[in-house]
Amino acid sequence: MLEIKNLHARIAEDGTEIIRGLNLTVRDGEVAAIMGPNGSGKSTLSYILSGREDYEVTEGDILYNGESILELDPAERAAKGIFLAFQYPVEIPGVATMQFLKVAMNEQRKARGEDELSTPDFMRRVKEAANELQISPEMLRRPLNVGFSGGEKKRAEILQMALLEPKLCVLDETDSGLDIDALKIVADGVNALRSPDRSVIVITHYQRLLDYIVPDTVHVLYKGQVIKSGDKTLAHELEANGYADIIEAAA
Amino acid sequence: MNMQAGIKLTAAEAALVDIYNEQLGELPGDGATLLARDTLLSDLKKAGLPTRRVEAWHYTDLKALLRAVPAFVRGADAGRVDPIVPGSAVLSVVNGKAHARVMQEGITVRSYGEALLDGSAATDLVARDGDDVIGRINGSFVRDGLSIDFEDGLVVEGPIEIQSVQNCGQVNTRFPVRFGAGSKATVIERHLAVGEAAALVTSVTDVTLADGAEVTWIIFQSEGEADTHLAQFKAELGADAKLRLYVINGGGKLVRQEIHIGVTGEGADLTLRGINLLGGESHTDVTFTVSHDVPHTTSSEVIRNVVLDRARGVFQGQICVAQDAQKTDAKMSCNTLLLSDDAEFSAKPELEIFADDVQCGHGATVIDIDHTQLFYLMARGIPENRARAMLVNAFVAEIVEELEDETLVEALEGVISDWLEKHA
Repeated sequence: MLEIKNLHARIAEDGTEIIRGLNLTVRDGEVAAIMGPNGSGKSTLSYILSGREDYEVTEGDILYNGESILELDPAERAAKGIFLAFQYPVEIPGVATMQFLKVAMNEQRKARGEDELSTPDFMRRVKEAANELQISPEMLRRPLNVGFSGGEKKRAEILQMALLEPKLCVLDETDSGLDIDALKIVADGVNALRSPDRSVIVITHYQRLLDYIVPDTVHVLYKGQVIKSGDKTLAHELEANGYADIIEAAA
Repeated sequence: MNMQAGIKLTAAEAALVDIYNEQLGELPGDGATLLARDTLLSDLKKAGLPTRRVEAWHYTDLKALLRAVPAFVRGADAGRVDPIVPGSAVLSVVNGKAHARVMQEGITVRSYGEALLDGSAATDLVARDGDDVIGRINGSFVRDGLSIDFEDGLVVEGPIEIQSVQNCGQVNTRFPVRFGAGSKATVIERHLAVGEAAALVTSVTDVTLADGAEVTWIIFQSEGEADTHLAQFKAELGADAKLRLYVINGGGKLVRQEIHIGVTGEGADLTLRGINLLGGESHTDVTFTVSHDVPHTTSSEVIRNVVLDRARGVFQGQICVAQDAQKTDAKMSCNTLLLSDDAEFSAKPELEIFADDVQCGHGATVIDIDHTQLFYLMARGIPENRARAMLVNAFVAEIVEELEDETLVEALEGVISDWLEKHA
């Protein structure tokens, strides 16, 4: 699914290098957790995967299903099935949530050469997915993310993920700002999407989310590199002992 | 009507004088009406069209910008178009000729042409002040319009569209409208062109809101690319009256829309929302004054501009608070999305406050597309062009949504997105 090879990347504006020789492979159907202390480059990695232009890749490559995606803009990557669930979903006053969902779904279909959804078909899909995530019709009538609580914003991200049916989902600190009930709803939403041909990268600070979305692999990111990989027990180890030992061992 | 020796008139000024002299015989009204017309034209000739040295016209040098004046075309028939909001009651004005008709009970519609003929309109034909060029031109040439009266307590369901459509020549109309105490209504004042030929449109709307009246008034201007549109909207707000005024400009080559509001009754509230969609080589000026004359009144003004190509836009907004108008709450903002390096927008907010216990503020911003929002939309698979268009649309749609009435919001969002699709 995804192969990141010796990736180096910096902030375009000031040249600060954030990712320094990162290697990571995520297989089809794998749920990979990426953990690491603040400033290790976790969020930057998610932005680089989705093509945000504020970052520049200076070396290495990102292969998605065997093809480099470095030259693709965010919309082209999304149409190929890469989805980023934002840590801070963006409020867009003046854009109705439903209109946004419809445009996004149809643009992706168009890019893949598929027919646009009929309105009843679209409505049915949204209604079903919204029900699962306990998103009210009232919320869907509001402008995109405007006036949503932290939990509502995160659920709206998972709703988009469910509707867009991506192949590679990147969840950037989806657990931040969620109480335990909201966390369960979000985790159930993600687990429902697990399938042999869909991979998930879960970026998180805390082991807590991984109790609900159980990962196949856990990778520790530090100073822009993966310094240790393991299975889900690695997350428990981190929870118990912190990052210091692993960082020291890698140094 | 002789030219004063030594003053050279511009081509447009000379054309105004000539056309007036040629058409005098067919302009409705004699006696008092004619005298009023003569006075206005002679003042216009004396002062000439304003230049940038006249403060009220500083950003719109009409003397330089108004190059030619087309004459009235007899028998021109632009026809009618569908109302913006389906099912609206339409009052039709075709090439300046109004069609008064019987409306629902409680609404009286009279031909303004008749009021000019019988002289009862003569007292309206005065300039607001020495800079009131629109009042002078319109008062000299006005041929028709509609006087509309909403009786006290009348609640009108659904909008009424005053549809002024033209395809050439000159249109000079007036619309005096009275909303009775406690009445409620939505009126769409629409000016549009259906032809390519250059036209000069002048229009003066004079609205009175009696105590407790609640009115939504929407001006939508979509004249042609060669047209000059000079318009004035005046209103007086009685006690506890509420006026929601939307002014949407999406056409014309040379446009000046003046708005003059007197908040004269305690508890009255004015909401002004302006949307300027400017493209091509057009010049559009929205000049607004509000005077808070009594205590405990409120006003809020938000102007949103989208400027493309080589278009130029102007917003002048003046809030005056009289000495005894304590507890006035007035807020004004003007936000501009400049989408071309050659586009230009000038904003001049002004506060004149003589009371000491008030809350007044103003702000003006020029912005670009928000890159975080753009990235978010693109990250969902929406191609860059489409995502940009959505954000431009959102920038203005946000204030349309304040209207809350779903059919109205949908209709206005429709005209806005049509404009953006065609121009952006």
